[in-house]
Amino acid sequence: MNENSRAGGYNFAYLDEHTKRMIRRAILKAIAIPGYQVPFGSREMPLPYGWGTGGIQVTAAVIGPADVLKVIDQGSDDTTNAVNIRRFFVRTTGVRVTGRASDATIIQTRHRIPETPLREGQIIVYQVPIPEMLRWLEPREAETRKMHALSEYGAMHVKLYEDIARYGHIATTYDYPVIVNEHYLMRPSPIPKFDNPKLHMNPALQLFGAGREKRIYAVPPYTAVRSLDFEDHPFEIQRWQHACELCGAADSFLDEVIIDNEGARMFVCSDSDYCTQRRDAHRRAVA
Amino acid sequence: MHAPLLEVQGLTHRYGTRAACNNISFSLYSGEVLAVVGESGSGKTTLLRCLSGQLRPDAGCVMFETRNAGAVDVWGMSEATRRMLARTDWGFVHQNPRDGLRLDVSAGANIGERLMAIGARHYGNIRGEARAWMSKVELDVQRMDESPAAFSGGMQQRVQIARNLVSRPRLVFMDEPTAGLDVSVQARLLDLLRGLACDLGLSAIIVTHDLAVARLLAHRTLVMHDGCVVEEGLTDQVLDDPQQAYTQLLVSSALPA
Repeated sequence: MNENSRAGGYNFAYLDEHTKRMIRRAILKAIAIPGYQVPFGSREMPLPYGWGTGGIQVTAAVIGPADVLKVIDQGSDDTTNAVNIRRFFVRTTGVRVTGRASDATIIQTRHRIPETPLREGQIIVYQVPIPEMLRWLEPREAETRKMHALSEYGAMHVKLYEDIARYGHIATTYDYPVIVNEHYLMRPSPIPKFDNPKLHMNPALQLFGAGREKRIYAVPPYTAVRSLDFEDHPFEIQRWQHACELCGAADSFLDEVIIDNEGARMFVCSDSDYCTQRRDAHRRAVA
Repeated sequence: MHAPLLEVQGLTHRYGTRAACNNISFSLYSGEVLAVVGESGSGKTTLLRCLSGQLRPDAGCVMFETRNAGAVDVWGMSEATRRMLARTDWGFVHQNPRDGLRLDVSAGANIGERLMAIGARHYGNIRGEARAWMSKVELDVQRMDESPAAFSGGMQQRVQIARNLVSRPRLVFMDEPTAGLDVSVQARLLDLLRGLACDLGLSAIIVTHDLAVARLLAHRTLVMHDGCVVEEGLTDQVLDDPQQAYTQLLVSSALPA
């Protein structure tokens, strides 16, 4: 698409240039201090809080005319949130969009990291509802900032202890706390803990935007990200007894889908792009 | 003679123009229990907060004999060090256990928190230690996975004590630890505290308005009135033979047991 296909009356990527610069400054600071939550002047966006206003602003600040955008919502490119945000950027920037993770230069995501490994030069933008991991343990903002500054994260283990005491294992399955670059405790946004290992030493730039809470944080490429655990209860990801019934993948995050009124179920890849590509490759191989 | 564990010199804290603590000096030696008594508004709690690193005094210094760096000014050290000290070598028992506990996690997690804060990462060990402390403070170990919200006031206070002692502090600050408990529970808690202080060789500063608590627990007593220390000495001496008019009034106001 070109300049002319954009909706008239709006600046490129909706936000004005000064706002974008302000957000980029916050992003640069966030990259310089991995895992640290940088406050920024979050703007009113034309969609409600909780729908990805933080992610949209980060994407709008970093996107350029040559970028190729992919937007996913819970692993799928076709659900409401993804469709809306993709259309928003098509109308305000005219950039090319794609469903394939490997073709995209920017991936905005809600609650999943693509199964296809990311590569250098790509940016993945996460939509974050609540950036402060310590919020439920310590309601005072001044105190949580101090705890971050001094790396006082004992309280976070209290929560994991409580999980084991109650359920016999660490029952936190998403939004699983991580330590970035051996300093800051970070909330990885509500991705399943299945995706936590993908945060570690990822070659792509990972940006996190929380619109309502007005915070941006980042994990630069090739940064150590460690999930919290106990020596005798090490961090583990979910495993399934099934493989994806569409593509046969045994290594991807599976959704359990009810398919008829009789309650029949099937397990399928949550990442629809990954699933489609595997099926296409299989079809080509057979043909 | 060893150096004092805690040495306070000329400590003053003002709220506006009113001095809540006025030029207070004293020393506390290792293994000693000191009671600070006085009426409401006499500056006891302000003093305790200044000593325990929660409220910066306007003047004076608080020297604490650390394990490996000798005597250090509590208010001259970095905040990181002070907070570290507060969760390892010190304990703070609040009057209301709700201020000192996490009511949304189990008693075991409450007791284990300090261990996790100083880097314990082995669940089994943390749990074992928490269980041991539950029984030391005479709580039913079967209930270690229950929330302290389901406990009685006296039991909550025991959890709070265990939570503080688990890091084996050398100095424990207590702000009216038995106020708000009924008399029989109070007596048992005092008994427990006395036993623990004796067994562990704890030093403690106990703020109280209850002279009976001072009598039972403290070796020495400091009487405060209007922000000043009016009398100081061995507890029995102060309570049996008060020299100052205010102390005499305080002692004579106590109901006979």
